[in-house]
Amino acid sequence: MFTSVDDVSARLAETGYLASPAVATTVFLADRLGKPLLVEGPAGVGKTELAKAVAQVAGARLVRLQCYEGVDESRALYEWNHAKQLLRISAGRDESWDETRTDIFSEEFLLPRPLLTAIRGEEPTVLLIDETDKADVEMEGLLLEVLSDFQITVPELGTVTATRRPFVVLTSNAGRELSEALRRRCLFLHIGFPEEELERRIVRLKVPGLGAALTESVVRVVGALRAMDLRKAPSVAETVDWARTLLALGAGTLDETVVRDSLGVILKHQDDIQKAAAKLDLDAL
Amino acid sequence: MTALAERITGLVGALRAHGVRIGTGETVDAARALEALGLADRERLREGLAAALLHGPGQRAVFDPVFDLYFPRGVGGPDGAATDREALRDRLAQALAADDRALMAQLAAEAVDGLGGYGSSPGSDGWSAYQTLDRLRPQTLLARVQADVRGGEGSGGGFADRLLDDEIRRRIEAFRRMVGADARRRVAERRGPDEIARRGVVPTADRVDFLFANRDQLAELRRTVQPLARKLATRLAARRRRAARGTVDLRRTLRSSLSTGGVPMRPVLRRRRPVRPELVLLCDASGSVSGFSDFTMLLVQALHDQFSKVRVFAFVNRLDEVTGLLDHGRADPGGLGARIRAEATLTGWHGSSDYGVALGEFAERYGEAVGPRTTVFVLGDARTNMGDPNLAAVRDLARRARRVYWLNPEPRAQWGTGDSAAPAYAELAEMHECRTARQLGALIARLLPV
Ligand SMILES: Nc1ncnc2c1ncn2[C@@H]1O[C@H](COP(=O)(O)OP(=O)(O)OP(=O)(O)O)[C@@H](O)[C@H]1O
Ligand SMILES: [Mg+2]
Repeated sequence: MFTSVDDVSARLAETGYLASPAVATTVFLADRLGKPLLVEGPAGVGKTELAKAVAQVAGARLVRLQCYEGVDESRALYEWNHAKQLLRISAGRDESWDETRTDIFSEEFLLPRPLLTAIRGEEPTVLLIDETDKADVEMEGLLLEVLSDFQITVPELGTVTATRRPFVVLTSNAGRELSEALRRRCLFLHIGFPEEELERRIVRLKVPGLGAALTESVVRVVGALRAMDLRKAPSVAETVDWARTLLALGAGTLDETVVRDSLGVILKHQDDIQKAAAKLDLDAL
Repeated sequence: MTALAERITGLVGALRAHGVRIGTGETVDAARALEALGLADRERLREGLAAALLHGPGQRAVFDPVFDLYFPRGVGGPDGAATDREALRDRLAQALAADDRALMAQLAAEAVDGLGGYGSSPGSDGWSAYQTLDRLRPQTLLARVQADVRGGEGSGGGFADRLLDDEIRRRIEAFRRMVGADARRRVAERRGPDEIARRGVVPTADRVDFLFANRDQLAELRRTVQPLARKLATRLAARRRRAARGTVDLRRTLRSSLSTGGVPMRPVLRRRRPVRPELVLLCDASGSVSGFSDFTMLLVQALHDQFSKVRVFAFVNRLDEVTGLLDHGRADPGGLGARIRAEATLTGWHGSSDYGVALGEFAERYGEAVGPRTTVFVLGDARTNMGDPNLAAVRDLARRARRVYWLNPEPRAQWGTGDSAAPAYAELAEMHECRTARQLGALIARLLPV
């Protein structure tokens, strides 16, 4: 898929994703070694976006399994289309049960879910298993099976084996500790908050109208907020939002009033806003 | 390739010695990563090996220095003439002002080479980061760098300049770490990486001794409270599920078998207790063990919804309830200890701990907090400053509570030495050594009632 680490960076950048050296290197290796990539990190640092960007540059279809509490096999693997099966049974009253049974447990009545879809395809595929930590432990067992052999058994139909292994990205917010076994299957990538230089480039790319001086100030203030031990540190998503807000406000430079009035865009908790205001020496809010 | 393979095995061995669990599969992946990436770009190799070998972000703090030893930046000191201290400070000031990391790294190497060697001729006995920094004093450059940046044209002079102080401090901190890394590299050249990687690399925060942790390490630890709490909550939930499955209640099974002529046909399952357990924490908040107490309080606070009730008491030689203060602790974990010491009455006539008086006060004022559903944790080193340990109070506590555990941050070997009443208390309450966050996590997962 990729010829070198530089190739990864360059092609991801074309889609609007600016990869840190760690991200580019690990994506390259995941492709080379054919291993799933487990991406962990705080909210809004571009975990989901990375999988989408990889799919785009690879010209691959993106199959996404969004995890949530209670997601189960019938949502992740496959399900039989019971309604359609019932219709078929009542339509074919004259034939023998054996005939009917073979028929209703055929491809036509199967509802493939993301894991099966990703494994069955002939075309290049990126399988995104998003927010894995939200799923229950049982789901992890299932993922482990699928990611070990890239095959799925449907008892009535037989075993489906991937003819072409998908590029797998699992994301997690560390809401729950994923099992050691699952981690061992994967290459591990922690995406933290970006270096200043990278974040400036991201802002420039996403909010090109903002002046260079203002872009720099925005990134510096966000960096200072992250060093403050807040309940929720601002992420890249918030930096970009803030930059957009400033552009919309027509602010030429950062000053006390502008920061005070727009702090709510970057910080979500009232205590955080108060704490930051105090540390940044803003007049009382 | 064999030399490289050896480096990988050396690296893996050192990481394992620091408690990172790495299997053969990962080692093979690391070798394949090395093959795919080559040695040309060291930072890429670092990321690639980390991706193959590590399983969580906490392990990165040991990985980076260990990697630096097995895949060093270079060999020996920098080329060129020996460095003059003042000239070095000048150049460092410029590098800090420009935030030029590459130049800072080079200067760190020059500094260690020029100022860090010790022995009969410089460097003959080794290289010391401490000596280097002591002679170079980078922290005294703060004002100068500030002036440089403010005077320079690069600065917008706007709002963000009020952040400059902290930014420069962070750069100086980064430089200090570079000096540390380079001194380790030089020592490893002499004595081999294996030894330095095991002894010269600071352990991960969760393995630092509470009693010796410095401010930064404690701050780092506080950042692990939420993740650790989530992990523990998952484990407690699993234990609870197991418990809910129920065990056979022999007495009731036999009783119900009377209707079937004494043949037990249906096992009666013990139903699990429907209410969640109650927790009481008694924490020694005196200076010697406060790092341990503060951390544990934050952890318990983060776990509070696992219990029907949590009450926390702090003491030095007087005791006071701090449950309310802890609620606010969530917003400002770093300030918790200071707030408790400022707002609660923990000391009377003097400032040193007195377990006997504090435990007595607990029994007297808050006795009603402990009942048959309560599990009590006492946190402290059991050093009574020669006072009466008041064993009767602990005996009484043990009688009324469901369980009493005592977590002691001192190494077991020191229990009972000097003014430690640990052995006497350990007779009455189950006492566990609890020196690190890792031990604490394991103990809590095991001991907390579900
Ligand atoms: N390196 C990057 N290059 C370009 N855009 C980025 C980058 N990192 C983050 N972003 C931007 O940040 C936003 C948030 O990213 P994304 O939704 O992928 O975050 P996430 O890590 O998946 O968060 P969550 O844990 O909340 O799902 C995206 O809209 C994306 O535009
Ligand atoms: Mg996401």
